[in-house]
Amino acid sequence: MKFLCVECDRQMTFEERQLPGDGTLAAAFRCPKCGRVVAMLTNPMETQLVSSLGVKIGGTTVPAEPLETIRSMVATGRDDAFTEDGERKTGNAPAWSAEAQDRLTRVPGFVRGMVKKIYADYAKQRGIGEITPAVMDAARTELGLEGM
Amino acid sequence: MPLHIRTYHELTEPDRSGLGDQIAAQRRRLADRLAVVGRVLVVMSGKGGVGKSFVTANLARALARDGRVVGVLDADLNGPTVARLLDATDARLVPQDDGVLPATGADGVRLVSMAQLLADGQPLAFKGPEAESFVWRGAAEAGALRELLADIAWGTLDVLLLDLPPGMQRFLELCDLLPAPPTVLTVTIPTPESRDAVRRAMRAAVERGSPLVGIVENMVGGEFRGTAGDDLAVEFATPVLARIPWHPTPDTWHLLATRL
Repeated sequence: MKFLCVECDRQMTFEERQLPGDGTLAAAFRCPKCGRVVAMLTNPMETQLVSSLGVKIGGTTVPAEPLETIRSMVATGRDDAFTEDGERKTGNAPAWSAEAQDRLTRVPGFVRGMVKKIYADYAKQRGIGEITPAVMDAARTELGLEGM
Repeated sequence: MPLHIRTYHELTEPDRSGLGDQIAAQRRRLADRLAVVGRVLVVMSGKGGVGKSFVTANLARALARDGRVVGVLDADLNGPTVARLLDATDARLVPQDDGVLPATGADGVRLVSMAQLLADGQPLAFKGPEAESFVWRGAAEAGALRELLADIAWGTLDVLLLDLPPGMQRFLELCDLLPAPPTVLTVTIPTPESRDAVRRAMRAAVERGSPLVGIVENMVGGEFRGTAGDDLAVEFATPVLARIPWHPTPDTWHLLATRL
């Protein structure tokens, strides 16, 4: 989908995405000429349909994790489906604060490894030495990680 | 006076979302993954209960015993059975940088199945709004199928067998995902009821441009009587590769493997 500022006859550019947490999505688009902003609001069904396609409105700043759609969308996954043995070992990995580790334990085991890696990559790319709940919140907002 | 509104395709400015590009990247990833797979072979039937998974698993083992490197993707997301048939129900998947390593089953067959991902006894259920889930559930299953093809580090394979559920939906999804229509191995039982259902599936496969490699007639010599295998072979000009008795031996599967 695209948005057109009819008055200016200019294609509007993506500005910001928000996930309120109730299954809906808001995406803002701005006219590059007149500056007018419109927001596209999707209901939970529409949001889910887009997620099911494995794409992200507004694009993504991190590459998709293997089986990301399955791991993030399947509600009946087994906790031990994936072994930790094969998780990527990286040098200079950021530290995890106790509070962040505690929050991570509340993520279902089915997706925990993937979620942990997403946060670690986010921190590493930004030179963040320690992952805290605040960092996790910032990553969720910036990357659109609803439910993680 | 009507507004002058340019059409979608007339808007060509850069688009940060790039949904089309994201979809294209998904397709490239899948094509790259399958570039080192010698042959993708879809095992399908328009009829349920004819033994597709049984044939798939035993064919895979026979090919592996003959020295081929074989992978099996259990594309029956809602009724997965291949993991059990290949003695890999307890096998776990190992995430790595560029994908998830498949499990290794009997005779060294590489496999992935939703049975390895779902909690014991649980159906495949997705997070999301329950109301009108029919709108997005099909897309979610197609997305899962795409990931099982593209995100599993299959490695170099001689053959990748795809065990499809009954019906045509999964086959059509595959045709949309794969770079080219997949070769089809058809499974039927001898009865006219099976023949009629399988005929529709074979017709759909032909119409999508899939080559038909042949027919396996399963459960031969018992209560199920008829000539479905021969009838379909004549109609679609494709051979009956094997007639599988109720109690097949390893030689039965070896013979089938040599005919592919």
